[in-house]
Amino acid sequence: MIGFTAQTGRIFLTFCSFIGELIIFCIRVFAYILTPPFFMRAFFSSVVQIGWLSLPVVGITSFFTGGALALQIYAGGARFNAEEVVPSIVAIGMVRELGPVLGGLMVAARVASSIAAEIGTMKVTEQIDALTTLSTDPIKYLVVPRLVAAILTVPLLVGVGDSIGVLGGYVIGVTRLEFNNTIYLINSINYLEFWDILSGLIKGAVFGCIIALMGCFFGMRCEKGARGVGQATKSAVVSASVLILAANYFLTEAFFSS
Amino acid sequence: MIDVSDVYKSFGQNQVLKGVNLKVHDGKSMVIIGASGQGKSVILKCLLGLTKPNSGKILLNGFDPNSAQKNIILSKVGMLFQGGALFDSLPIWQNVAFRYLHGKQKINASEARKIAIEKLERVGLKKSFADNFPSELSGGMQKRVALARAIATQPEIIFFDEPTTGLDPIMAQVINDLIRELVVELGVTAVTITHDIQSVRSIADEVALLHDGIIQWSGLLNQLDKSKNKYLKQFIAGSTVGPIETLR
Repeated sequence: MIGFTAQTGRIFLTFCSFIGELIIFCIRVFAYILTPPFFMRAFFSSVVQIGWLSLPVVGITSFFTGGALALQIYAGGARFNAEEVVPSIVAIGMVRELGPVLGGLMVAARVASSIAAEIGTMKVTEQIDALTTLSTDPIKYLVVPRLVAAILTVPLLVGVGDSIGVLGGYVIGVTRLEFNNTIYLINSINYLEFWDILSGLIKGAVFGCIIALMGCFFGMRCEKGARGVGQATKSAVVSASVLILAANYFLTEAFFSS
Repeated sequence: MIDVSDVYKSFGQNQVLKGVNLKVHDGKSMVIIGASGQGKSVILKCLLGLTKPNSGKILLNGFDPNSAQKNIILSKVGMLFQGGALFDSLPIWQNVAFRYLHGKQKINASEARKIAIEKLERVGLKKSFADNFPSELSGGMQKRVALARAIATQPEIIFFDEPTTGLDPIMAQVINDLIRELVVELGVTAVTITHDIQSVRSIADEVALLHDGIIQWSGLLNQLDKSKNKYLKQFIAGSTVGPIETLR
């Protein structure tokens, strides 16, 4: 019994220490965002890595999701003669939910893992210590540019993903489900409100923040050796994905519950 | 001058440093030797402000590297890491000129590149390597680049962590000679961590033996072979018999 209590207490304390570490890390990172020096080259490089190079994977995911969504809504709508809702539901579903969430998850898989592996490798090969000895704060040089780049580029990726997702629904709607192309487009646009689009973009910014923070945090606390880098990468992707899904629920609740 | 007084450091239950005292005078080269796991790297990290000691005092030219003065002293320090610790994503010249490209010592890129090439040539590397990436160089060349980075901003103090680890004996001697030349030429204070006796004989003015968390012996290089200290004698002889416990 004492052993069980001790074990539970140890796990709880480890968890509290982890949460404390994460909070301190986040406070430091956000405090540094507006503090010079600004590493612009590292920022633009991160924009390319996180934003530009994620476009293909987000685009392909969104296209097929939009297509599949059109097929599902058509099949479901046919049960009560409501096939005509396909364009509007595809547009709203993509823009409000599937675009940001699937885009966020795909970027988390691609970017959080690569950030954690890169920073983790730098940690185990003493490159982070080398930065400190070269009078450069590793948080400012490695974390802040990636965080800012992710917050700015993930909403853009979500915007592009939304458009491609709606296009995917349109292509399937017109070619497979025999919708009139003009009516499909009109219905897609008419039922879409500005807030639907904006809420998705805000979600994208929050997901970008989560992705960069998780990648950097687990990279910076990486243990020695290849196993440590693997563990950091896995933890970054899993925690980013779970936090994205949780944040999505709370943001949806905040934006649309009324 | 480097002044280490009564430094203690533990990691959990493991007490690594148990009251280290050490003085290195200006322009002198101190080599700290000792078996693996005795706290050589920990003392070096404390000296660089990368790890904070539990107690004790460290002063580098009058500044405490574990206080708010850290950045002042780090701007006067060069460091050669065991594995080089070159930044994989940057070309060689940007690694060498890192301090000139970022932060307070920033100058324009073409000037920084010129200085980087000068330093590379000083450590025996051709200008043509400047645009290569670290992964394209051999271990010995990477050590030279790391050395060029360590001396790039004319430091007052340089630290060397196991400078010859992983190198063949000839390349190791080339690096040892280079370090000695640079230390004399720049007139810097140097601290080297090693367990390579050949490095000790090539680099040191003074030697200190760290064992079981304290400095067991320290003295001038020419006293090394005359000392009766049993730890030192066993370490130099590489013997398995003596006060330094060995696992077999």
